[in-house]
Amino acid sequence: MELTCIRCPMGCAIHVELENGAVVSVTGNTCPRGAEYAKSEATAPVRTVTSTVRALGGVRPVVAVKTVPDVPKDKIFDVMDAVRALEVTAPVRIGDILCTNIAGTGSNLVAAADLDAE
Amino acid sequence: MNTYDIVIIGAGPAGLAAAIAAKEAGVDDVLVIERDSVPGGILNQCIHNGFGLHTFREELTGPEYAARFLSRAGELGVAIRLSTMVLSLSNERVLTVTSRERGVEQLRARAVILAMGCRERPRGALNIPGYRPAGIYSAGTAQRLVNLEGFLPGREVVILGSGDIGLIMARRMTLEGAHVRCVAELLPYSGGLKRNIVQCLHDYGIPLLLSHTVVDIHGRERLEGVTLAEVGADRKPVPGSEKYIPCDTLLLSVGLLPENELSEGAEVMLDRVTGGPAVNESLETNVPGIFACGNVLHVHDLVDYVSEEAARAGKAAARFVRGGTPKSTRVVKLTGRDGVRYTVPQTVRPAAMGESVVVRFRVANPYYGKYLSCYVDGKRISHRKKPIMAPGEMESFTLTREALGESAQEVVFCVEEE
Repeated sequence: MELTCIRCPMGCAIHVELENGAVVSVTGNTCPRGAEYAKSEATAPVRTVTSTVRALGGVRPVVAVKTVPDVPKDKIFDVMDAVRALEVTAPVRIGDILCTNIAGTGSNLVAAADLDAE
Repeated sequence: MNTYDIVIIGAGPAGLAAAIAAKEAGVDDVLVIERDSVPGGILNQCIHNGFGLHTFREELTGPEYAARFLSRAGELGVAIRLSTMVLSLSNERVLTVTSRERGVEQLRARAVILAMGCRERPRGALNIPGYRPAGIYSAGTAQRLVNLEGFLPGREVVILGSGDIGLIMARRMTLEGAHVRCVAELLPYSGGLKRNIVQCLHDYGIPLLLSHTVVDIHGRERLEGVTLAEVGADRKPVPGSEKYIPCDTLLLSVGLLPENELSEGAEVMLDRVTGGPAVNESLETNVPGIFACGNVLHVHDLVDYVSEEAARAGKAAARFVRGGTPKSTRVVKLTGRDGVRYTVPQTVRPAAMGESVVVRFRVANPYYGKYLSCYVDGKRISHRKKPIMAPGEMESFTLTREALGESAQEVVFCVEEE
Protein backbone atom coordinates (compact mmCIF):
# COMPACT_ATOMS: atom_id res chain seq x y z
CA MET A 1 0.00 0.00 0.00
CA GLU A 2 1.30 3.46 -0.95
CA LEU A 3 0.63 6.25 1.54
CA THR A 4 1.52 9.89 1.95
CA CYS A 5 2.40 10.54 5.57
CA ILE A 6 0.43 13.37 7.11
CA ARG A 7 2.10 13.47 10.50
CA CYS A 8 4.16 16.49 9.48
CA PRO A 9 4.55 18.75 6.42
CA MET A 10 7.34 16.56 5.02
CA GLY A 11 4.67 14.35 3.43
CA CYS A 12 6.93 11.29 3.15
CA ALA A 13 5.89 8.74 0.53
CA ILE A 14 5.57 5.52 2.54
CA HIS A 15 5.30 1.97 1.26
CA VAL A 16 3.56 -0.54 3.52
CA GLU A 17 3.77 -4.29 2.93
CA LEU A 18 0.70 -6.12 4.17
CA GLU A 19 0.22 -9.83 4.62
CA ASN A 20 -3.24 -11.12 5.56
CA GLY A 21 -4.14 -7.63 6.79
CA ALA A 22 -1.07 -7.40 9.01
CA VAL A 23 1.81 -4.98 8.44
CA VAL A 24 5.07 -6.78 7.63
CA SER A 25 7.21 -3.79 6.62
CA VAL A 26 7.17 -0.01 6.40
CA THR A 27 9.64 1.86 4.18
CA GLY A 28 10.09 5.45 3.04
CA ASN A 29 9.35 7.09 6.38
CA THR A 30 11.98 9.41 7.85
CA CYS A 31 10.87 9.34 11.47
CA PRO A 32 9.24 6.97 13.96
CA ARG A 33 6.00 8.95 13.81
CA GLY A 34 5.83 8.08 10.12
CA ALA A 35 6.10 4.35 10.82
CA GLU A 36 3.44 4.62 13.49
CA TYR A 37 1.17 6.55 11.11
CA ALA A 38 1.68 4.09 8.27
CA LYS A 39 0.87 1.11 10.48
CA SER A 40 -2.34 2.63 11.77
CA GLU A 41 -3.31 4.10 8.39
CA ALA A 42 -2.89 0.74 6.68
CA THR A 43 -4.87 -1.16 9.31
CA ALA A 44 -7.17 1.22 11.23
CA PRO A 45 -7.05 4.79 9.86
CA VAL A 46 -8.03 7.56 12.29
CA ARG A 47 -8.54 11.33 12.01
CA THR A 48 -8.97 14.29 14.30
CA VAL A 49 -12.32 15.85 13.45
CA THR A 50 -12.32 19.61 13.97
CA SER A 51 -15.54 21.55 13.63
CA THR A 52 -17.76 24.02 15.47
CA VAL A 53 -20.83 23.58 17.65
CA ARG A 54 -23.67 26.01 18.18
CA ALA A 55 -23.24 28.10 21.30
CA LEU A 56 -25.86 30.05 23.22
CA GLY A 57 -25.13 33.28 25.05
CA GLY A 58 -21.59 33.66 23.72
CA VAL A 59 -19.83 36.56 22.02
CA ARG A 60 -19.92 34.39 18.89
CA PRO A 61 -22.62 31.94 17.73
CA VAL A 62 -20.26 28.93 17.46
CA VAL A 63 -17.25 27.50 19.25
CA ALA A 64 -14.42 25.36 17.84
CA VAL A 65 -14.23 21.70 18.89
CA LYS A 66 -12.07 18.65 18.24
CA THR A 67 -12.20 14.92 18.89
CA VAL A 68 -9.84 13.54 21.54
CA PRO A 69 -8.45 11.05 20.80
CA ASP A 70 -8.76 10.67 17.01
CA VAL A 71 -11.79 8.83 15.64
CA PRO A 72 -11.94 6.07 12.99
CA LYS A 73 -11.89 7.59 9.52
CA ASP A 74 -15.14 5.88 8.54
CA LYS A 75 -16.91 7.48 11.53
CA ILE A 76 -16.17 11.09 10.50
CA PHE A 77 -19.69 11.78 9.19
CA ASP A 78 -21.33 10.06 12.17
CA VAL A 79 -19.30 12.36 14.41
CA MET A 80 -20.37 15.37 12.32
CA ASP A 81 -24.06 14.41 12.70
CA ALA A 82 -23.57 14.37 16.47
CA VAL A 83 -21.65 17.66 16.36
CA ARG A 84 -24.49 19.32 14.44
CA ALA A 85 -27.07 18.13 16.96
CA LEU A 86 -25.13 19.55 19.89
CA GLU A 87 -25.68 22.93 21.53
CA VAL A 88 -23.61 24.40 24.35
CA THR A 89 -23.89 27.46 26.56
CA ALA A 90 -21.13 30.05 26.92
CA PRO A 91 -18.75 30.52 28.58
CA VAL A 92 -16.68 27.66 27.18
CA ARG A 93 -12.99 27.12 27.95
CA ILE A 94 -10.35 25.25 25.93
CA GLY A 95 -10.32 21.64 27.10
CA ASP A 96 -13.95 21.56 28.31
CA ILE A 97 -15.48 18.19 27.43
CA LEU A 98 -18.67 19.02 25.52
CA CYS A 99 -19.72 15.46 24.67
CA THR A 100 -18.37 12.13 25.88
CA ASN A 101 -18.14 9.06 23.65
CA ILE A 102 -19.27 11.02 20.61
CA ALA A 103 -21.17 8.91 18.06
CA GLY A 104 -20.10 5.83 20.00
CA THR A 105 -16.47 6.23 18.99
CA GLY A 106 -15.13 6.27 22.55
CA SER A 107 -13.65 9.71 21.86
CA ASN A 108 -14.70 12.92 23.55
CA LEU A 109 -15.63 16.16 21.84
CA VAL A 110 -13.50 18.85 23.46
CA ALA A 111 -13.62 22.64 23.16
CA ALA A 112 -10.67 23.89 21.09
CA ALA A 113 -11.26 27.59 21.67
CA ASP A 114 -12.44 29.86 24.47
CA LEU A 115 -15.82 31.49 24.12
CA ASP A 116 -16.75 34.23 26.55
CA ALA A 117 -20.32 34.83 27.59
CA GLU A 118 -21.90 37.87 26.01
CA MET B 1 3.01 62.30 22.71
CA ASN B 2 3.43 59.01 24.60
CA THR B 3 6.67 57.21 23.94
CA TYR B 4 7.03 53.43 24.16
CA ASP B 5 10.16 51.33 23.97
CA ILE B 6 8.67 48.87 21.49
CA VAL B 7 5.38 49.09 19.60
CA ILE B 8 4.29 45.97 17.73
CA ILE B 9 1.68 46.28 14.99
CA GLY B 10 -0.55 43.19 15.01
CA ALA B 11 -1.45 40.68 17.76
CA GLY B 12 -1.42 37.58 15.57
CA PRO B 13 1.12 34.80 16.04
CA ALA B 14 4.02 37.02 14.94
CA GLY B 15 3.14 40.00 17.11
CA LEU B 16 2.54 37.87 20.19
CA ALA B 17 5.78 35.91 19.87
CA ALA B 18 7.73 39.13 19.23
CA ALA B 19 6.19 40.78 22.30
CA ILE B 20 7.00 37.79 24.51
CA ALA B 21 10.62 37.68 23.31
CA ALA B 22 11.06 41.44 23.79
CA LYS B 23 9.73 41.21 27.34
CA GLU B 24 11.89 38.20 28.09
CA ALA B 25 14.89 40.13 26.78
CA GLY B 26 14.26 42.69 29.51
CA VAL B 27 12.37 45.47 27.76
CA ASP B 28 9.35 46.23 29.89
CA ASP B 29 7.60 48.91 27.89
CA VAL B 30 6.06 46.87 25.07
CA LEU B 31 2.75 47.73 23.44
CA VAL B 32 0.92 45.55 20.92
CA ILE B 33 -1.71 47.23 18.73
CA GLU B 34 -4.45 45.06 17.18
CA ARG B 35 -7.28 46.19 14.91
CA ASP B 36 -9.55 43.24 15.73
CA SER B 37 -11.54 43.07 18.96
CA VAL B 38 -9.69 39.88 19.99
CA PRO B 39 -6.00 38.97 19.83
CA GLY B 40 -4.75 35.90 17.94
CA GLY B 41 -5.07 37.09 14.35
CA ILE B 42 -5.90 34.53 11.68
CA LEU B 43 -5.38 31.64 14.16
CA ASN B 44 -8.86 32.33 15.57
CA GLN B 45 -10.52 31.09 12.41
CA CYS B 46 -8.02 28.28 11.73
CA ILE B 47 -9.87 25.68 13.78
CA HIS B 48 -8.18 22.72 12.06
CA ASN B 49 -5.37 20.91 13.85
CA GLY B 50 -1.70 20.68 12.93
CA PHE B 51 -0.33 23.81 14.59
CA GLY B 52 2.57 23.63 17.01
CA LEU B 53 4.08 20.30 16.07
CA HIS B 54 7.56 21.83 16.05
CA THR B 55 7.06 24.16 19.02
CA PHE B 56 4.99 22.05 21.41
CA ARG B 57 5.28 18.53 19.93
CA GLU B 58 1.48 18.51 19.76
CA GLU B 59 -1.06 19.02 17.01
CA LEU B 60 -3.02 21.98 18.27
CA THR B 61 -5.84 23.88 16.60
CA GLY B 62 -5.24 27.53 15.72
CA PRO B 63 -7.11 28.95 18.72
CA GLU B 64 -5.27 26.54 21.04
CA TYR B 65 -1.91 27.59 19.59
CA ALA B 66 -2.80 31.27 20.03
CA ALA B 67 -3.96 30.62 23.60
CA ARG B 68 -0.53 29.25 24.57
CA PHE B 69 1.12 32.49 23.45
CA LEU B 70 -1.62 34.69 24.92
CA SER B 71 -1.25 33.05 28.27
CA ARG B 72 2.54 33.59 28.24
CA ALA B 73 2.02 37.20 27.13
CA GLY B 74 -0.43 37.64 30.01
CA GLU B 75 2.06 36.26 32.53
CA LEU B 76 4.65 38.74 31.29
CA GLY B 77 2.19 41.64 31.40
CA VAL B 78 2.32 42.45 27.68
CA ALA B 79 -0.05 45.35 26.96
CA ILE B 80 -2.37 44.69 24.01
CA ARG B 81 -4.55 47.52 22.74
CA LEU B 82 -7.50 45.95 20.87
CA SER B 83 -9.92 47.45 18.32
CA THR B 84 -7.23 49.96 17.46
CA MET B 85 -6.13 50.64 13.92
CA VAL B 86 -2.74 52.00 12.96
CA LEU B 87 -3.38 54.58 10.25
CA SER B 88 0.20 55.46 9.49
CA LEU B 89 3.78 54.95 10.53
CA SER B 90 6.59 57.39 9.83
CA ASN B 91 10.25 56.63 9.31
CA GLU B 92 10.84 58.45 12.62
CA ARG B 93 8.69 55.71 14.23
CA VAL B 94 5.70 57.90 15.00
CA LEU B 95 2.42 56.00 14.74
CA THR B 96 -0.97 57.56 14.13
CA VAL B 97 -3.62 55.26 15.57
CA THR B 98 -7.37 55.42 15.96
CA SER B 99 -9.97 53.67 18.09
CA ARG B 100 -13.56 54.29 19.11
CA GLU B 101 -12.57 54.77 22.72
CA ARG B 102 -9.65 57.12 22.36
CA GLY B 103 -10.08 58.72 18.96
CA VAL B 104 -7.05 59.58 16.84
CA GLU B 105 -3.74 59.83 18.67
CA GLN B 106 -0.04 59.71 17.99
CA LEU B 107 2.52 57.49 19.69
CA ARG B 108 6.27 57.42 19.42
CA ALA B 109 8.26 54.18 19.57
CA ARG B 110 11.97 53.61 20.06
CA ALA B 111 11.53 50.47 17.98
CA VAL B 112 8.63 49.21 15.87
CA ILE B 113 7.97 45.60 14.91
CA LEU B 114 5.81 45.14 11.82
CA ALA B 115 3.58 42.06 12.32
CA MET B 116 0.54 42.90 10.18
CA GLY B 117 0.40 39.58 8.35
CA CYS B 118 -0.91 39.15 4.84
CA ARG B 119 -4.15 39.23 2.92
CA GLU B 120 -5.63 37.09 0.20
CA ARG B 121 -5.25 37.86 -3.47
CA PRO B 122 -8.74 38.94 -4.57
CA ARG B 123 -10.83 38.13 -7.64
CA GLY B 124 -9.95 41.50 -9.14
CA ALA B 125 -6.32 40.43 -9.41
CA LEU B 126 -7.25 37.45 -11.62
CA ASN B 127 -9.20 39.13 -14.43
CA ILE B 128 -11.82 36.38 -14.62
CA PRO B 129 -14.47 37.57 -17.07
CA GLY B 130 -18.19 37.42 -16.31
CA TYR B 131 -20.67 39.02 -13.98
CA ARG B 132 -20.15 39.82 -10.32
CA PRO B 133 -22.85 37.73 -8.68
CA ALA B 134 -23.08 36.86 -4.98
CA GLY B 135 -21.42 33.58 -4.05
CA ILE B 136 -17.78 34.37 -4.82
CA TYR B 137 -15.57 34.48 -1.74
CA SER B 138 -11.93 34.28 -0.90
CA ALA B 139 -11.28 31.00 0.92
CA GLY B 140 -10.33 32.89 4.08
CA THR B 141 -13.59 34.85 4.06
CA ALA B 142 -15.53 31.61 3.78
CA GLN B 143 -13.42 30.21 6.63
CA ARG B 144 -14.35 33.16 8.81
CA LEU B 145 -18.05 32.84 7.93
CA VAL B 146 -18.16 29.12 8.74
CA ASN B 147 -15.85 28.93 11.74
CA LEU B 148 -16.51 32.18 13.58
CA GLU B 149 -19.87 33.43 12.40
CA GLY B 150 -21.65 30.10 11.93
CA PHE B 151 -22.80 30.58 8.33
CA LEU B 152 -22.39 28.15 5.43
CA PRO B 153 -21.83 30.33 2.36
CA GLY B 154 -23.17 27.79 -0.17
CA ARG B 155 -24.02 24.19 -1.09
CA GLU B 156 -22.43 23.45 -4.47
CA VAL B 157 -18.86 24.61 -4.38
CA VAL B 158 -15.98 25.01 -6.81
CA ILE B 159 -12.61 26.05 -5.42
CA LEU B 160 -10.08 27.84 -7.60
CA GLY B 161 -6.52 27.52 -6.41
CA SER B 162 -5.02 24.76 -4.30
CA GLY B 163 -3.45 26.93 -1.62
CA ASP B 164 -3.70 25.56 1.89
CA ILE B 165 -6.72 27.65 2.89
CA GLY B 166 -8.61 26.39 -0.17
CA LEU B 167 -7.79 22.77 0.67
CA ILE B 168 -8.76 23.24 4.32
CA MET B 169 -12.04 24.83 3.24
CA ALA B 170 -12.78 21.99 0.79
CA ARG B 171 -12.85 19.64 3.78
CA ARG B 172 -14.61 22.08 6.08
CA MET B 173 -17.43 22.78 3.62
CA THR B 174 -17.79 19.03 2.98
CA LEU B 175 -18.06 18.30 6.71
CA GLU B 176 -20.78 20.94 7.01
CA GLY B 177 -22.83 19.29 4.29
CA ALA B 178 -21.80 21.19 1.16
CA HIS B 179 -20.78 19.39 -2.02
CA VAL B 180 -17.33 20.42 -3.21
CA ARG B 181 -17.27 19.57 -6.90
CA CYS B 182 -13.57 20.13 -7.48
CA VAL B 183 -10.47 22.12 -6.75
CA ALA B 184 -8.99 23.66 -9.91
CA GLU B 185 -5.33 24.63 -9.96
CA LEU B 186 -3.74 26.67 -12.75
CA LEU B 187 -0.29 25.18 -12.18
CA PRO B 188 0.67 21.58 -12.92
CA TYR B 189 1.28 21.05 -9.17
CA SER B 190 -0.39 22.17 -5.96
CA GLY B 191 1.03 24.96 -3.85
CA GLY B 192 -0.54 23.42 -0.75
CA LEU B 193 1.04 21.16 1.83
CA LYS B 194 1.06 17.46 1.03
CA ARG B 195 -0.77 16.63 4.24
CA ASN B 196 -3.62 18.94 3.26
CA ILE B 197 -4.00 17.33 -0.16
CA VAL B 198 -4.23 13.92 1.51
CA GLN B 199 -6.37 14.88 4.51
CA CYS B 200 -8.67 17.39 2.85
CA LEU B 201 -9.10 16.11 -0.72
CA HIS B 202 -8.19 12.40 -0.92
CA ASP B 203 -10.09 11.57 2.27
CA TYR B 204 -13.31 12.97 0.79
CA GLY B 205 -12.83 12.01 -2.84
CA ILE B 206 -12.63 15.65 -3.99
CA PRO B 207 -10.94 15.86 -7.40
CA LEU B 208 -7.89 18.10 -7.78
CA LEU B 209 -7.80 19.31 -11.39
CA LEU B 210 -4.24 20.44 -12.10
CA SER B 211 -3.56 22.76 -15.07
CA HIS B 212 -7.17 24.00 -14.95
CA THR B 213 -8.65 27.42 -14.36
CA VAL B 214 -11.96 29.28 -14.32
CA VAL B 215 -12.50 31.13 -17.60
CA ASP B 216 -16.08 32.34 -17.13
CA ILE B 217 -18.50 33.12 -14.33
CA HIS B 218 -22.24 32.65 -14.87
CA GLY B 219 -25.22 34.15 -13.03
CA ARG B 220 -26.26 37.74 -12.44
CA GLU B 221 -27.64 37.91 -8.88
CA ARG B 222 -26.31 34.64 -7.52
CA LEU B 223 -23.57 32.50 -8.98
CA GLU B 224 -25.05 29.76 -11.19
CA GLY B 225 -21.94 28.11 -12.53
CA VAL B 226 -18.41 28.50 -13.79
CA THR B 227 -16.66 27.45 -16.97
CA LEU B 228 -13.47 25.53 -16.33
CA ALA B 229 -10.82 25.04 -18.97
CA GLU B 230 -7.57 23.17 -19.16
CA VAL B 231 -4.46 25.32 -19.57
CA GLY B 232 -1.38 24.55 -21.60
CA ALA B 233 2.27 24.91 -20.66
CA ASP B 234 1.89 28.65 -21.35
CA ARG B 235 -0.91 28.71 -18.71
CA LYS B 236 -3.36 29.87 -21.36
CA PRO B 237 -6.74 28.11 -21.72
CA VAL B 238 -6.75 25.32 -24.31
CA PRO B 239 -9.58 26.06 -26.83
CA GLY B 240 -12.21 23.34 -26.85
CA SER B 241 -11.42 22.12 -23.30
CA GLU B 242 -14.11 24.30 -21.67
CA LYS B 243 -16.55 22.57 -19.34
CA TYR B 244 -19.55 24.11 -17.58
CA ILE B 245 -19.85 23.28 -13.86
CA PRO B 246 -23.03 24.34 -12.09
CA CYS B 247 -22.34 25.76 -8.61
CA ASP B 248 -23.62 28.41 -6.21
CA THR B 249 -20.28 29.16 -4.59
CA LEU B 250 -16.77 29.83 -5.88
CA LEU B 251 -13.94 30.04 -3.37
CA LEU B 252 -10.65 31.63 -4.37
CA SER B 253 -7.44 30.36 -2.82
CA VAL B 254 -5.00 31.98 -5.18
CA GLY B 255 -2.18 33.34 -3.08
CA LEU B 256 -1.38 35.56 -0.14
CA LEU B 257 0.16 39.01 -0.27
CA PRO B 258 2.05 40.59 2.64
CA GLU B 259 0.15 43.63 3.84
CA ASN B 260 2.73 46.42 3.67
CA GLU B 261 0.87 49.70 3.18
CA LEU B 262 2.08 50.94 6.57
CA SER B 263 5.64 49.84 5.84
CA GLU B 264 5.69 51.71 2.55
CA GLY B 265 4.48 54.86 4.29
CA ALA B 266 7.55 54.61 6.51
CA GLU B 267 9.80 54.29 3.44
CA VAL B 268 10.60 50.66 4.21
CA MET B 269 12.11 49.02 1.13
CA LEU B 270 10.28 45.93 -0.09
CA ASP B 271 11.65 42.81 -1.75
CA ARG B 272 10.01 42.40 -5.17
CA VAL B 273 9.74 38.62 -4.82
CA THR B 274 8.45 38.26 -1.25
CA GLY B 275 6.37 41.43 -1.25
CA GLY B 276 7.70 42.01 2.27
CA PRO B 277 10.46 44.24 3.62
CA ALA B 278 14.09 43.45 2.79
CA VAL B 279 15.75 42.77 6.15
CA ASN B 280 19.11 42.00 7.69
CA GLU B 281 20.04 39.19 10.11
CA SER B 282 18.23 41.05 12.93
CA LEU B 283 15.07 41.22 10.77
CA GLU B 284 15.57 44.98 10.72
CA THR B 285 14.42 46.87 7.62
CA ASN B 286 16.34 49.64 5.85
CA VAL B 287 14.72 52.08 8.32
CA PRO B 288 16.68 51.88 11.58
CA GLY B 289 14.56 50.60 14.46
CA ILE B 290 11.80 49.16 12.27
CA PHE B 291 11.76 45.36 12.33
CA ALA B 292 9.47 42.87 10.56
CA CYS B 293 8.36 39.28 11.16
CA GLY B 294 5.70 36.77 10.20
CA ASN B 295 3.61 36.89 7.05
CA VAL B 296 4.14 40.62 6.54
CA LEU B 297 7.81 39.76 5.96
CA HIS B 298 7.23 36.72 3.75
CA VAL B 299 4.35 34.25 3.55
CA HIS B 300 5.14 31.24 5.73
CA ASP B 301 3.97 27.65 5.46
CA LEU B 302 3.90 26.85 9.20
CA VAL B 303 3.01 29.08 12.13
CA ASP B 304 5.79 27.47 14.16
CA TYR B 305 8.33 29.18 11.92
CA VAL B 306 6.45 32.47 12.28
CA SER B 307 6.76 32.25 16.06
CA GLU B 308 10.44 31.36 15.85
CA GLU B 309 11.18 34.21 13.45
CA ALA B 310 9.10 36.70 15.45
CA ALA B 311 10.99 35.84 18.63
CA ARG B 312 14.20 36.78 16.80
CA ALA B 313 12.66 40.12 15.78
CA GLY B 314 11.52 40.75 19.37
CA LYS B 315 14.98 40.02 20.73
CA ALA B 316 16.65 42.17 18.09
CA ALA B 317 14.29 45.08 18.76
CA ALA B 318 15.06 44.79 22.48
CA ARG B 319 18.78 44.96 21.74
CA PHE B 320 18.22 48.00 19.50
CA VAL B 321 16.29 49.79 22.27
CA ARG B 322 19.09 49.13 24.74
CA GLY B 323 21.62 50.51 22.25
CA GLY B 324 23.31 47.14 21.95
CA THR B 325 23.26 46.80 18.18
CA PRO B 326 26.86 46.57 17.07
CA LYS B 327 28.11 49.25 14.71
CA SER B 328 29.26 47.21 11.81
CA THR B 329 30.32 48.13 8.36
CA ARG B 330 30.53 44.82 6.54
CA VAL B 331 27.30 43.67 4.93
CA VAL B 332 27.06 40.29 3.17
CA LYS B 333 24.42 39.96 0.47
CA LEU B 334 22.29 36.79 0.29
CA THR B 335 20.75 35.79 -3.04
CA GLY B 336 18.66 32.95 -4.40
CA ARG B 337 19.35 31.70 -7.91
CA ASP B 338 18.50 28.76 -10.19
CA GLY B 339 15.36 27.58 -8.46
CA VAL B 340 15.73 29.44 -5.18
CA ARG B 341 13.31 32.36 -5.49
CA TYR B 342 14.45 34.57 -2.63
CA THR B 343 16.07 34.56 0.77
CA VAL B 344 15.01 36.05 4.11
CA PRO B 345 17.05 37.75 5.43
CA GLN B 346 18.39 39.44 2.30
CA THR B 347 21.60 40.62 4.02
CA VAL B 348 23.65 39.66 7.07
CA ARG B 349 26.17 41.66 9.06
CA PRO B 350 28.65 39.14 10.42
CA ALA B 351 29.33 41.34 13.46
CA ALA B 352 25.66 41.22 14.46
CA MET B 353 24.68 37.67 13.52
CA GLY B 354 25.99 35.78 16.53
CA GLU B 355 27.19 32.25 15.80
CA SER B 356 24.67 31.63 13.05
CA VAL B 357 21.46 32.78 11.42
CA VAL B 358 18.60 30.76 9.90
CA VAL B 359 18.02 31.69 6.26
CA ARG B 360 14.58 30.79 4.88
CA PHE B 361 13.50 30.60 1.25
CA ARG B 362 11.20 28.90 -1.22
CA VAL B 363 11.96 27.04 -4.41
CA ALA B 364 10.37 27.87 -7.78
CA ASN B 365 9.23 24.37 -8.80
CA PRO B 366 8.86 20.92 -7.28
CA TYR B 367 12.28 19.22 -7.30
CA TYR B 368 12.87 15.54 -6.61
CA GLY B 369 16.29 14.24 -5.59
CA LYS B 370 18.02 17.52 -6.44
CA TYR B 371 20.73 19.24 -4.43
CA LEU B 372 20.42 22.38 -2.40
CA SER B 373 23.71 24.24 -2.53
CA CYS B 374 25.20 27.24 -0.79
CA TYR B 375 28.07 29.24 -2.29
CA VAL B 376 30.11 31.85 -0.44
CA ASP B 377 31.90 34.16 -2.92
CA GLY B 378 31.70 31.47 -5.59
CA LYS B 379 33.00 28.66 -3.36
CA ARG B 380 30.53 25.88 -2.58
CA ILE B 381 30.26 25.40 1.18
CA SER B 382 27.24 23.12 1.29
CA HIS B 383 25.70 20.59 -1.08
CA ARG B 384 22.82 18.57 0.30
CA LYS B 385 20.64 16.08 -1.53
CA LYS B 386 16.93 16.70 -0.85
CA PRO B 387 14.40 13.93 -1.57
CA ILE B 388 11.79 16.61 -2.26
CA MET B 389 11.57 20.39 -2.37
CA ALA B 390 8.22 22.00 -3.17
CA PRO B 391 7.15 25.63 -3.71
CA GLY B 392 4.47 25.28 -1.03
CA GLU B 393 6.98 24.47 1.68
CA MET B 394 9.72 26.71 3.04
CA GLU B 395 13.30 25.54 3.07
CA SER B 396 15.88 26.70 5.54
CA PHE B 397 19.65 26.82 5.88
CA THR B 398 21.68 27.62 8.98
CA LEU B 399 24.40 30.02 7.86
CA THR B 400 27.29 30.23 10.33
CA ARG B 401 29.50 33.24 10.88
CA GLU B 402 32.45 30.92 10.53
CA ALA B 403 31.39 30.09 6.94
CA LEU B 404 31.50 33.78 6.08
CA GLY B 405 35.10 34.20 7.25
CA GLU B 406 36.60 37.68 7.35
CA SER B 407 35.93 38.86 3.85
CA ALA B 408 32.81 37.22 2.33
CA GLN B 409 30.77 39.55 0.11
CA GLU B 410 28.00 37.36 -1.25
CA VAL B 411 26.18 34.14 -0.38
CA VAL B 412 24.19 32.38 -3.10
CA PHE B 413 21.65 29.59 -2.62
CA CYS B 414 20.65 27.44 -5.59
CA VAL B 415 19.18 24.13 -6.69
CA GLU B 416 21.63 21.88 -8.55
CA GLU B 417 21.22 18.73 -10.58
CA GLU B 418 24.24 17.07 -9.02
